[in-house]
Amino acid sequence: MSEHIVSKNLYFLIFGALMVLTAITVGVAFVNLGPLNNVVALTIAVIKALLVILYFMHVRYSSRLTWLVIVGGFFWLAIMFVLTSSDYLTRGWVSFTR
Amino acid sequence: MSSINSPFDKPFEQPVDSPGGRMRPVPAERNYLNADYSVRSWLLTKDHKRIALLYLFSVSFFFFIGSIYAMLIRLELLTPKGDLVQAATYNKLFTHHGIIMIFLFLIPSIPAILGNFLVPLMIGAKDLAFPKINLLSWYLYMIGAVIVSSAIMIGGVDTGWYFYVPYSSNFSNTYVTLAGLGIFVLGFSSILTGLNFIVTTHTMRAPGMTWFRLPLFIWSHYATSLIMLLGTPVIAITLLLLVFERTFHVGIFDPTIGGDPVLFQHLFWFYSHPAVYIMLLPGMAIISEIIATFSRKNIFGYKFVAFSSIAIAVFGFLVWGHHLFSSSQSVFAGMIFSFISFAVAVPSAIKVFNWTATLFRGSISYDTPMLYALGYIGLFAIGGLTGLFLASLGMDVHLTDTYFVVAHFHYVMVGGTLLAYLGGIHYWWPKITGRLYPEGWGRFSALIVFVGFNLTFFPQFLLGFLGMPRRYHAYPPEYQVLNVLSSAGASILAIGFTIPLIYLLWSLRYGPKATDDPWMATGLEWRTSSPPPTENFVETPIVTWEAYEFAPQETMKVVGKLTPDDKPDRSSYSGN
Repeated sequence: MSEHIVSKNLYFLIFGALMVLTAITVGVAFVNLGPLNNVVALTIAVIKALLVILYFMHVRYSSRLTWLVIVGGFFWLAIMFVLTSSDYLTRGWVSFTR
Repeated sequence: MSSINSPFDKPFEQPVDSPGGRMRPVPAERNYLNADYSVRSWLLTKDHKRIALLYLFSVSFFFFIGSIYAMLIRLELLTPKGDLVQAATYNKLFTHHGIIMIFLFLIPSIPAILGNFLVPLMIGAKDLAFPKINLLSWYLYMIGAVIVSSAIMIGGVDTGWYFYVPYSSNFSNTYVTLAGLGIFVLGFSSILTGLNFIVTTHTMRAPGMTWFRLPLFIWSHYATSLIMLLGTPVIAITLLLLVFERTFHVGIFDPTIGGDPVLFQHLFWFYSHPAVYIMLLPGMAIISEIIATFSRKNIFGYKFVAFSSIAIAVFGFLVWGHHLFSSSQSVFAGMIFSFISFAVAVPSAIKVFNWTATLFRGSISYDTPMLYALGYIGLFAIGGLTGLFLASLGMDVHLTDTYFVVAHFHYVMVGGTLLAYLGGIHYWWPKITGRLYPEGWGRFSALIVFVGFNLTFFPQFLLGFLGMPRRYHAYPPEYQVLNVLSSAGASILAIGFTIPLIYLLWSLRYGPKATDDPWMATGLEWRTSSPPPTENFVETPIVTWEAYEFAPQETMKVVGKLTPDDKPDRSSYSGN
């Protein structure tokens, strides 16, 4: 466990970035990008989540074991998404009726 | 094996022989049971051993309630006509049986009772890493249990323990919301237990207790804890979403308002299939200990057995789709899930083969725990192999929702987990209570359980294969003979569960005092007194030996009573 002290300025910087990204999300909602709507919204959301995890939750300065736990958690989330999509995205591939 | 001499070899005064060959009463030494007798000292205890006992009482109580529902189900199925209860009542019977047995008995049973008691003892720690969180987990269990029980008492639930939508969300007018919230709370109890075990295993091991010196019990519980931690949040959130949809009509699972009913099944089984391994892995934990002790050999292929636990935990998360073969899941996904499901058989088989190989040329004794363990191996093999029938895409279409499935998972859950649990309770009973149970009655009831179990559930394989569906209170007359056999078996099984209840309670007062290591086992838990002191060990153990390093019997120290012809019996040795 490192006793890294994060400067106040960094916190404000991250907070500012989160606010800016939120504003972008709201702004983009008024522009129709077609199929990119979800992609853009989710990309921004992921960036924001990363900022919170890395800085506000101090993971960036944490031990390898902490990293392992977090990566493991996301990996398991990925298992859920990928295998569930393996159902939804392939429903048309094989059909019982000819 | 002189290397096994440890500084705490004989920390307490042992019972000694008096000239008459009878044991002199030894003054009671302080232990975790007699440390304090007040109610407060139990309800606010932070001692993992006392919390384990709190769990033992509450979990056993719910096992009893769940068994009553099972008996009512078997009583109804004695005759083809639905003449004991109405169809709607029957739906509630099997739902309550399922919810109670799974969420209130099987999931907490072994980890929260034996795991709680033994994890710190086995790794040489004074307690779990978070004793207060451990107590909190028991309170959460009790709160969840009260919520679920109140849902049952004010009218019950009829959706089945799996709460499938759209029935549970749009149609059932029973107390789904309340039961769902209760299970939500129970989930947190399970998460906290898992968290505690993981942190404890990482940080609290005694000096010298390396990962590969850990008893296999710990490896299995570590794997179980991983599942509890990674899977349980998903069922919690799924049931919360169900409650949301029922209460606020948010479109999550209902297609008419933008939801998807199969999504519920995906989310539900993402937890509930791994949950099968939450129930199964702790059973395997116990079997590894018992097999090693009663064949007096190191477990064959220790590392394989250790890593097969982890493999089961990981693979267990990749197979949930085999519950959806007939639920409009895509054929492609079905093929993937079917294939991976077959892969889970590999680590399970590694365990069964390695236990069997451990027996080979072992010095086997057939004490009660060993009888349960041997029963487990056979029944789990049947339960596991019939699982492969169900993992096959084509075969499953015929067998889905028949009694074949019921028989299959009862072979795994009852023939597996419950037998292991009973074996474990007997095996560690001398350590938990400081008393020996009557061995003859123990063996007798183990045989009764084995016979009763097979008579109950084997006919159900046949019924299912013939096409009798689950969850109906009436059936065509040609199925009656097999159903009568099954109901008869259930009553034998009930006797088999009642006998241990009686003699274990009897032994608390009248059972002979146990030595520190009545089985001549090797684990650290046997190197402290029976029952252990509150702080587990008088001095912190330093581990210089491998797991399951059995000393030859001739070199053992005789501390207990002698038989009439002046030879020590099994209970007279002091461990290593």
